[in-house]
Amino acid sequence: MAVTTPSTRTPRTPPDPGRDRRGRPRWAAGRLILLAALPALLVLLIFFVVPAVRLLWLSVTTPEPGLGNYAAIVADDVTLTVVLRTLGTAAIVTVVCVLVAYPYAYLMTIVTRRWRALLLAVVLIPFWTSLMARTFAWVVLLQDNGIVNQLLTVAGVGPVRMLGTTTGVALAMAQVMLPFVVLPVYTAMRGIDRRLVAAAQSLGARPAVAFARVYLPLSFPGVAAGATLVMVLSLGFYVTPALVGSPQQSMLAQFISVQVNQLVNFGAAGALAVTLLLVTLLLLGAVQVLTRTRGGRGGGISSGVAGGVS
Amino acid sequence: MTDGVLLRRTLAVLGVLVGIWLVVPTLIVVPISFSGENSFAFPPSSWGVGHYVRFFTERSWLNSLLVSLQLALIVTVVATVLGTAASVALARSRFRAKRALDGLFLAPLIVPGIVVAVALYATFLGWGLIGTPTGFVLAHTVLALPFVVVNVTAALSAVDPVLERAAAGLGASSWATFRQVTFPIIRPGVGAGALFAFVTSFDEVVVSLFIQSPQLQTLPVRMFTSVTNEVDPTIAAASTVVLVVSTVLLGLAGLTRRRSSRV
Repeated sequence: MAVTTPSTRTPRTPPDPGRDRRGRPRWAAGRLILLAALPALLVLLIFFVVPAVRLLWLSVTTPEPGLGNYAAIVADDVTLTVVLRTLGTAAIVTVVCVLVAYPYAYLMTIVTRRWRALLLAVVLIPFWTSLMARTFAWVVLLQDNGIVNQLLTVAGVGPVRMLGTTTGVALAMAQVMLPFVVLPVYTAMRGIDRRLVAAAQSLGARPAVAFARVYLPLSFPGVAAGATLVMVLSLGFYVTPALVGSPQQSMLAQFISVQVNQLVNFGAAGALAVTLLLVTLLLLGAVQVLTRTRGGRGGGISSGVAGGVS
Repeated sequence: MTDGVLLRRTLAVLGVLVGIWLVVPTLIVVPISFSGENSFAFPPSSWGVGHYVRFFTERSWLNSLLVSLQLALIVTVVATVLGTAASVALARSRFRAKRALDGLFLAPLIVPGIVVAVALYATFLGWGLIGTPTGFVLAHTVLALPFVVVNVTAALSAVDPVLERAAAGLGASSWATFRQVTFPIIRPGVGAGALFAFVTSFDEVVVSLFIQSPQLQTLPVRMFTSVTNEVDPTIAAASTVVLVVSTVLLGLAGLTRRRSSRV
């Protein structure tokens, strides 16, 4: 950092801290470089912010001004059922993901480097593959004479209807969502000092107790971050429920799509979309507060999230 | 001690099962695409490349592939240029609203796809952009920008500011400094961002479903209608093609990004 220390012996006049090399005021140079952000900013404003605001506007003005569309969400039995089903399915997917991801992430912490790389690669595969290809694969696997049912028949459970049911949707969705829990949980676990568990045991705690009272709480921020992410993504999931599920068991995103495409009811669709967005933001805000106060590294939304989930 | 061994074995079994659950549904489309039958039966009783022949000759399939590839290429260029410029501007300046702007640039990643789709559909109806290449490019650019910004910002944070200051001190203009010093260092990050942008556009379904027209359908939209409306086994070949393209590119992006963040 010696470069930045101005020497008192320089023959030149000391630089004016308020001006840059060419004597321009610094704020002008600062503003100038901001121009580079302008094109991207304009695209986002015109094709993201304006449409979102327009949708909000439609939701309180169509078909008539007022909060009628929002009141209808709670008042209309069909809508309420869809909302509750969506929340229920998202909750099931979240619980399944946490229950599967936790031991998997733990396994990643106790194996050798090579195995860890393999386990990580396996988790990243759903991230790195096409959503449509994956969803089509699930449609094939879950059909009445598909592999899953062939296996179930061999196991003696007999053919079970999967395609078009919530079970099938949850099974396919959980596969897509699993990486979103494994990665933050693994990140949290990697930061845990194992000597703390050893210390608890040397003080007389049985291994299970030491795990439950020392390790589990320390890994909690990762679980919270992953679970919220899955919950949020599941609530807005469209493709998998639409193709693996059925119109009779539709979830929120499908319902919104029907409102727009078949009923041309922009007011109702807008109100549902705005509600979905608000719930999403609330959940994300909550987890941010949670993980920050616990001081854990949960792994943010952008930590390697790619490969289109919607 | 035996407790530990038992635990390890249980975890290992679980790891294998989870591995199967994650990998098999992804790879199953490959053997199905080489089936010689006109159904999705697995395992197929005969083999062949008929599905591929149909995919690459039937107009509706081939057109959608070409549309997707062209759109993805344009989106990659637009999103990478705009996103890189924006990242550099945001990373090299400080002002009050910066946090809000950072948030805005990541927002399309957080907002559920269906919400973006309905909002864009409602707006595009009024602006006459439904089913137009311009509409597709703009919508996909919005969705691809966050991936470019995330990757380039990460790469920028690894650039030693002393290097840029040294260049400026030796008389280089800001543009020359960026072109000759900053850009070569962040190039892997920009490359990873570009790959993510390509795949985001190439694989996007929800928004495309809403802003499509019968004349302009992307490959994922064509696949979606194939699964919902018809039993056309050509989709197995389409899935395999999409799978190979998106997996290879995203794998590459992941590797480039990891390398760039190590610099």
